[in-house]
Amino acid sequence: MTERSPATRRTLWLVLTLVFAFLYIPIAVLVALSFNQGGLPTVWSGFSLKWYASLAGNAAILSAALNTLIVALVSTAIATLLGTLLAIGVEMRRQYGSGLEALIFAPMIIPDIVLAVALLSFFSMLDFTLGLHTIILAHVVFNLAFVCSVVRARLKSFDWSIVEASADLGASALTTFRRVTLPVILPAVVAGALLAFTLSVDEFIIAFFTAGAGRASTTLPMQIYSMIRFGITPEINALATIVMAVSITALTLSQRLNRGVIG
Amino acid sequence: MRSFTPSRSSLLMAPALAWLTALMVVPCALVLALAFFRRGIYGGIEYSFTLENFGLVLDPLYAGIFLNSARIAGTATLIAVVIGYAAAYAIAAAPRRWQPVFLFFAVLPFWSNYLIRTYAWIVLLNREGLITQLLRWFGYTGEPPSMLYTEGAVIAGLVYNYLPFVILACYAPLSRLNPELAEASRDLGASAMTTFRRVILPLTVPGIAAGAVFVFVLSIGNFVTPALLGGGRFQMIGNLVYDQFLTANDWPFGAALAMALIAIMLLVLTAQALAADRAAGRIAEAKGGADD
Repeated sequence: MTERSPATRRTLWLVLTLVFAFLYIPIAVLVALSFNQGGLPTVWSGFSLKWYASLAGNAAILSAALNTLIVALVSTAIATLLGTLLAIGVEMRRQYGSGLEALIFAPMIIPDIVLAVALLSFFSMLDFTLGLHTIILAHVVFNLAFVCSVVRARLKSFDWSIVEASADLGASALTTFRRVTLPVILPAVVAGALLAFTLSVDEFIIAFFTAGAGRASTTLPMQIYSMIRFGITPEINALATIVMAVSITALTLSQRLNRGVIG
Repeated sequence: MRSFTPSRSSLLMAPALAWLTALMVVPCALVLALAFFRRGIYGGIEYSFTLENFGLVLDPLYAGIFLNSARIAGTATLIAVVIGYAAAYAIAAAPRRWQPVFLFFAVLPFWSNYLIRTYAWIVLLNREGLITQLLRWFGYTGEPPSMLYTEGAVIAGLVYNYLPFVILACYAPLSRLNPELAEASRDLGASAMTTFRRVILPLTVPGIAAGAVFVFVLSIGNFVTPALLGGGRFQMIGNLVYDQFLTANDWPFGAALAMALIAIMLLVLTAQALAADRAAGRIAEAKGGADD
């Protein structure tokens, strides 16, 4: 933008500093307190890793973490496949009704609580037993929409004539996909998959409604929610730090890939 | 001419569309249908047609919760838009090569776990939390202030959680703004304030609208933040839906509430589309004017 007076510039930097302080201080406090020696969750009394060690011995948390991993991996795999095919189909066609657009957009905007109660009603009406499999079915719904939107963004600049050229040269549809289309969209596919993985790891409300009763299908966010309701503990701080580190790593990776050099 | 046949693209789209239909469209239609049935005597559903559930939504008790939710969500939206717009403006004014970095770090917290970000505020606001300790450090000796489990805490949590999205939404039009427009306005004698109000703000309305809609829709249906930061004392629509399905066992009424939530969402989205259309007209006008 245009040149600004020093006073304006100082104000703008002040705004940035305050906003970043607002965004990061709560997280920083949480992370710092996870290394706290004392049992009081919010009063600092020296450095220690003991809360991380105590997490490792907490069977409920470990089983919840395993459940979360299963749900996230399976739902991400299905959503990546379906979402990528959907993106290619939609972009190949170019003309589509606004109905189709709305259908693909809906899972990203629909309030979680509505999808959660809708799926609970649906599953109970069909007499489905609730469990990890129903959480997976539910997570694929929003995950595939996100994968699709990431892949579509990459396909916007895709030159479809090279696909035609490949077909003209005698390549089968599958070979063309494997050798031409896939290499171009691969960074977006991986970025979409990483995004889906984090969304699934973090998702609470839909999982809560579609998990059914019992410990067997408790996921990590459900475990964290019930721990928070009992009060704050240094153990939650440690668990929160690990979960945040995992999602932030996956997201940073996704972001980097999406701005990759190919294509 | 493209050699792709519509049938091939349909084939590619079919599995995903089937999944969305079976696990989103049909369940949502089912919930809509549920809202027209009666609640059975022992919970459960009695299959006889009624409009009572929608009548109940308008009952003063529940309408009050709707208004309360709208007020809390509206306040959070307003605060988030003001802070988010200022932040986006500051990022767009930063040196070019720093902008993507600032933007990335502004959005990063948004991608970490929602529950954890909300929990971080419990750590800050509880009676022995950081804020109380800071006050003590400055010499305050009285009772710790009660900040947690207040409406303010709920609003703070909502603003905190959704601010990154507002920054992202407002940054897009701000970064595309043609600096010559602001210069022209200044050359013609407009003050900085007038330039902002008459030139910059109208051209960035689509970003503000998109950000505001997002915060409002997600806030009004929110269930986690009122439950954790409001301590269950502040019922919002999301909590009401939750209760009907998991504790009160009145699914038809819960379904009617969920549908009301969807109706509000559609209303707000339509308003946003209209605002974006009008702004698009203005932008076209501004561009036409610049060409003269």
